[in-house]
Amino acid sequence: MMEPGLYQILFISAALFFTGVYGFLTRRNLITMLMSVELILNSVNLNFIAFNKYLWPQKMDGLFFTLFVIAIAAAEAAVAIAIIINLYRSHNSIDVENAEDLKY
Amino acid sequence: MNGSTIIFYLLAALTIVCGVLSVSTRQIFRAAIYLIFSLIGIAGIYFWLDYQFIAAVQVVVYVGGIVVLIIFSIFLTQQAGELLPKQKIGRKIFSVLAVFCGFALTMVQVYQHAFYENDGEAVKPVVANIGKQMLSTKQGGYALPFEVVSILLLAALVGCIVIAISKKEETA
Repeated sequence: MMEPGLYQILFISAALFFTGVYGFLTRRNLITMLMSVELILNSVNLNFIAFNKYLWPQKMDGLFFTLFVIAIAAAEAAVAIAIIINLYRSHNSIDVENAEDLKY
Repeated sequence: MNGSTIIFYLLAALTIVCGVLSVSTRQIFRAAIYLIFSLIGIAGIYFWLDYQFIAAVQVVVYVGGIVVLIIFSIFLTQQAGELLPKQKIGRKIFSVLAVFCGFALTMVQVYQHAFYENDGEAVKPVVANIGKQMLSTKQGGYALPFEVVSILLLAALVGCIVIAISKKEETA
């Protein structure tokens, strides 16, 4: 078996990213689409940390970007869930097909 | 093959398998639970890479915050035990095809590219170093992005409150 290194972590991260993309394309429920976006953001974080660890160990920039991405993902999830619950109140469903009249 | 390698591959398998189950299961609550395990697997990989602070933040913010929020919103919007509707088979096939092609392309690019390591004294990602650089205003400091993110979080909080105010109070 191969010794784990940068390539193995990039493989995990790419697999997770495209899993998230698959979920985003096939799901039609807003909450499950939000979960797919979380998977995508996590794969990006994993990439930042792996590059930081293996290519630029003398700096910590990847680590800080990961921290900021986590903070922004938390804000995004909170706003998205507020919108989803508001949509459920007015439409009694959180299907994306019903979300097209969100602007009214 | 030593223990560290075995642990890494176990964490990788946990992350990917739970991620795939999370996007493919038809029970929405199970999807949230699989998402938790996938995020815990990623936190484990951070621990394996010796980035303890990021691993702790991952567990606290994602597992303790975002997923709990998602589970609450599932309880508020979904009938218990109801399966998600089945997708059209055509959409599924094209999604799998697109995702597989994208994955293959990315991995071919990654394996053809030779990464080179930059020399230099390694900085330990411990909390003392992180805090010093995060709040430093000198070159390489992250004080400005830190402030920008705090303004963004404030804006998100205000936005959530504005969205969640019920319409009845406005008309009264």
